[in-house]
Amino acid sequence: MNISDYLCKEAVILGLDAAFSEEVIRELGGKLRDQGFVKEDFIEAALEREANMPTGLPLGGEYNAAIPHVDIEYVNKSALGLATLKDEVVFYNMVESDEEVPCRLVIMLALDKPKSQIEMLQSVAAVLQNPEIIQNLVHAKTTEEIFEILS
Amino acid sequence: MAKTVIVSCGTGIATSTVAAKAIEEACKAAGVAVITKQCKGQEIPELLKQGADLIVTTSTMRFDPGIPVVKGLAFLTGIGIEQVVEEILGYLRD
Repeated sequence: MNISDYLCKEAVILGLDAAFSEEVIRELGGKLRDQGFVKEDFIEAALEREANMPTGLPLGGEYNAAIPHVDIEYVNKSALGLATLKDEVVFYNMVESDEEVPCRLVIMLALDKPKSQIEMLQSVAAVLQNPEIIQNLVHAKTTEEIFEILS
Repeated sequence: MAKTVIVSCGTGIATSTVAAKAIEEACKAAGVAVITKQCKGQEIPELLKQGADLIVTTSTMRFDPGIPVVKGLAFLTGIGIEQVVEEILGYLRD
């Protein structure tokens, strides 16, 4: 698994206190922007995308996740951001966009080339498919712990 | 003749990549010849003009494409993956 190779440690936010998905996207996108991974307009693009084509995923375990991402034109260099949420924040179902998905975990994907990060994407999917890993991520107390779980 | 599957998602580069790869592997394992074409949801009409047998989507379909559509969220979440693969193969087997 190579998620930790892409995960930007400055863009790991633990226990984010947010009421709306917009705040989560602004926080995570802001961290990736500050580190130079994404362009200035990435956040607005991610918000627009989330409003039209949401990225919430109902998962098999106790917690659900969302994976906000946008077109490559808004990205300088591939990276991942990750936020655990203090309370559930409503995102909407990726394939049933009127269905609410309360999430405790958000993994933001910044991809700089189409189809090229297949291994990274498959690793993200593998994490999403493992309720125990999701649970451990949501309960992690430190950024180091997040990296340990994902490596 | 190989069947054509349009694999769509919101951006055409992220979740559809995972789904397309999984569909190719499942078809290979089942001995079904398949060509996958990735795209964004709004690019589906253009690809339909070139002909396709099935759409697998990880984003919300906004129109009736006139060919079968399978929701492919299982390729991300793993939930109900066997049924989804069977459903896809069912449409592609001769």
